[in-house]
Amino acid sequence: MKHNKRWMLLGLAPFVFMVLAFQLTPILTMLTGSVSKSGGGFTFGYYDKIFHSAFYLQAIKNSLLIAVYSSAIGLIVGLVCAYSITRFAPRIRDRLLMLSNMTSNFAGVPLAFAYIILLGNNGVFTLLFKQWGWDVFAGFNLYSWSGLVLVYVYFQVPLALLLLYPSFYGIRDQWREAAALLGARPWQFWRTVGLPMLTPAIFGTLGILFANAMGAYATAYALVGGNYNLLAIRIGSLVAGDVVNQPEMGSALAVLLALSTLLAVYLNHRMSKRSERFTASYVSGSSEKRGRGGRKRAWLAAKEEAGA
Amino acid sequence: MMKSKAGWTHRSLMLLLMIYLLIPLIGTFMYGFAKQWQTTVLPESWTLEWVLEMFKDLRFLDALWTSFYLCAVSVALSLAVMLPAVFVITVYLPKWETFMKGVVVLPYAVPGVVAAVGLIRTYSSGPIDITGTAYILVGAYFVVILPYMYQGIRNSLLTVSAPELLNSAEMLGASRMRAFATVILPNIWPGVMISTLLSFSVLFGEFVLTNMLVGGHIQTIQVYLYQRVNESGHLASAIAVTYFLFILVLSTVLMKLGKKFNGEAGR
Repeated sequence: MKHNKRWMLLGLAPFVFMVLAFQLTPILTMLTGSVSKSGGGFTFGYYDKIFHSAFYLQAIKNSLLIAVYSSAIGLIVGLVCAYSITRFAPRIRDRLLMLSNMTSNFAGVPLAFAYIILLGNNGVFTLLFKQWGWDVFAGFNLYSWSGLVLVYVYFQVPLALLLLYPSFYGIRDQWREAAALLGARPWQFWRTVGLPMLTPAIFGTLGILFANAMGAYATAYALVGGNYNLLAIRIGSLVAGDVVNQPEMGSALAVLLALSTLLAVYLNHRMSKRSERFTASYVSGSSEKRGRGGRKRAWLAAKEEAGA
Repeated sequence: MMKSKAGWTHRSLMLLLMIYLLIPLIGTFMYGFAKQWQTTVLPESWTLEWVLEMFKDLRFLDALWTSFYLCAVSVALSLAVMLPAVFVITVYLPKWETFMKGVVVLPYAVPGVVAAVGLIRTYSSGPIDITGTAYILVGAYFVVILPYMYQGIRNSLLTVSAPELLNSAEMLGASRMRAFATVILPNIWPGVMISTLLSFSVLFGEFVLTNMLVGGHIQTIQVYLYQRVNESGHLASAIAVTYFLFILVLSTVLMKLGKKFNGEAGR
């Protein structure tokens, strides 16, 4: 028995060491760093400063807005396309999914670069549109708010699509037929049955998309450098920047950013649990006797969670 | 009935989506091979000049090698550390799994910038000053791929029902080490291979941590690409295309492997 334990410890020790050294200690140091004075002692001064500084508040606001906008657009486009994709024959569907999966690898610096080539100041399309006299894009500037949203949406759409499409298979064709037989129009079906079924998946996906956009650094950094006031960019320049290093301030901002993404991921966690419960109850619903109990349990659990 | 044939709305919608998703890729690709491309829809003339120039560029080859090397070392280290740990936890200490789930979800939830801040604060001063060295980067990479490695190894272990296999092996008289090496490892290898390749491709595309932790000292392919973006568009395109093709090959291999592995496990 003793030998057994030593053997286990030996297997776990390197793992524990790596996690402690490179994951937990840095997070702890960041937390303590954000609330300690430079001479020693405890202070909330950095947070106070952030919430009274128009500059940092603007960075937070910009990041939140860009995350909300790009997630919302990405979600809506992803939702419609996910539904569309489930209407195809499996072979074509798999091809389409593979393509979307492929493009979801295309993010960060290469993505920003591709957009610069196409729509930047001397971009191919920018010049082309100028030549053709199209002025729809005359007011468009890739290196500004609208450009950032455009590029963010690009990497949000395939992600939303890939996360959402499985949940459409939870909606049975029989239900649509039943609803249609009872006289429901398609929009009525979606409003009363379809969308409520998808709600957990939608909010869960929204959480992931939001966290993804909040934490995105490479794309924005490659596109606008330090010229656009975003939280992630601000943190980067405060800690490893070229101007003045203010690591404590950077830590405080990083803690705020981490809080927002943790919250979003937590939302996803709760929601995926709930949608698992949904699907689990429907799977067990195939055998009638167990199905009723399962559904009841699921319903109770959902209710309990809603009350909590 | 409806499923077999998609209507025109769905077809055109998917076509639009694919055009939207592929245009940046195709644009970069063409730009990398274009000699003259202004004010026309397609390039006026083509050339291999940029690709050739890229392969003559020593800094590019250096960066490529550095990326390969760092990713390989990190993934190998992760394998060496994670295989025994996940094995012990899954087979002997299932109670720890809740805790493990928390540890493993953290790299997802904590963005790269935040992780970089913590790492810089911990290791840029004091007794262990390793900022700017490969050590800190390998450590950071270890955390980045932690979720993929953990999930991959754990799922493989559960798929082959490792505890039962181990019991049978021990009942037949194999020592624990021998059972692990000759029974468990060969069985989980395909699944582990998949998460290894996935981790590799994730690390290959890593920019935030690399740039913030060691950007000035070590150039990976991403950092190099970032520096080249502002110099020559065509050359940077060629680099981006090469990078993307590499990732594409890697993910195709991944998918083939995944299908094969899942097919066999399903049988």
